[in-house]
Amino acid sequence: MTLLMMMAVVTVVIAGRRNLFAVVILFGIYSFLMATVLVALDAVDVAMTEAAVGAGISMVLFLSALHLGRSEEMKPLHKPFLPLVVAAATGAALAYGTLWLPAFSDPEAPIHQHVARRYIAEGARETGVPNIVTAVLASYRGYDTLGEVTVVFTAGVGVIVLLRRSRRRKQGERR
Amino acid sequence: MKDYLVLRVIAKLMIAFMLLFALYVQFHGDFGPGGGFQAGVISAAAIIFYAIIYGLPAARAVVPDWLVETMVGAGVLLYAGVGIAGLLLGGNYLDYFVLARDPVEGQHRGIFWVEMGVLITVAGVMLKIFYMFAGRGRGEDA
Repeated sequence: MTLLMMMAVVTVVIAGRRNLFAVVILFGIYSFLMATVLVALDAVDVAMTEAAVGAGISMVLFLSALHLGRSEEMKPLHKPFLPLVVAAATGAALAYGTLWLPAFSDPEAPIHQHVARRYIAEGARETGVPNIVTAVLASYRGYDTLGEVTVVFTAGVGVIVLLRRSRRRKQGERR
Repeated sequence: MKDYLVLRVIAKLMIAFMLLFALYVQFHGDFGPGGGFQAGVISAAAIIFYAIIYGLPAARAVVPDWLVETMVGAGVLLYAGVGIAGLLLGGNYLDYFVLARDPVEGQHRGIFWVEMGVLITVAGVMLKIFYMFAGRGRGEDA
């Protein structure tokens, strides 16, 4: 709860800042808080990813993007009320939706009734891998993970294609 | 940041441990938390750290562009190749039981190579994106 309060405070501070450098640093703080929340939820592998990608790599990318542009945010052209209302309404709808979710770590929740039981009962014996997360990700749900890797690959290829083409166009303009 | 002695020394100390931790996360993923994705981002973060402290050209000397670009595709191919190996050995696509005589051993082998594919692609994509961003605005070839 304390962590979530701290995250909320960081979010409010981020929304109020105009200096983008401060925003990037606060974003890193937010990511580390998120990683801590995930550790508290016993999702250590997700926490590792959040700390490495959210607080590490994406911060570096933000900083290098900042290096290319200006470090002060421009004055907004529109009043922020419409986006604020949309965001608040969406947040309220999501919070409303959680009211009917089963309690956290409830073993009788529907999601634990389908195949999860079999993974827990048979996973270690069938795959010989004690870590159920690895067994599910790499073996039972191998297709999903192949799809995820393909998504990462596509993202990388997309960035390469976009940045390469814009550079070539610049060179063409110079000629 | 090449002139900061403290940063240089600390970075040199830490990067070895970061890479070692990435390997631990990769190969211990069967028993503890972690796996290919985590190991990929941690090792990419180590290289990016090196690039920040010692400069982009130094990092490019360690992990050259052709290697990064090969990694981007090679990981997916390795993952898909494990599936095809399963097909060739008479199983279904991404069926690991047929990869070795003992089905559990086959699972181990399949998961090992699949996680390796994830590691290679994730690390390659992260590094490639960083190289392309960091190389912009300096007139460097990305």
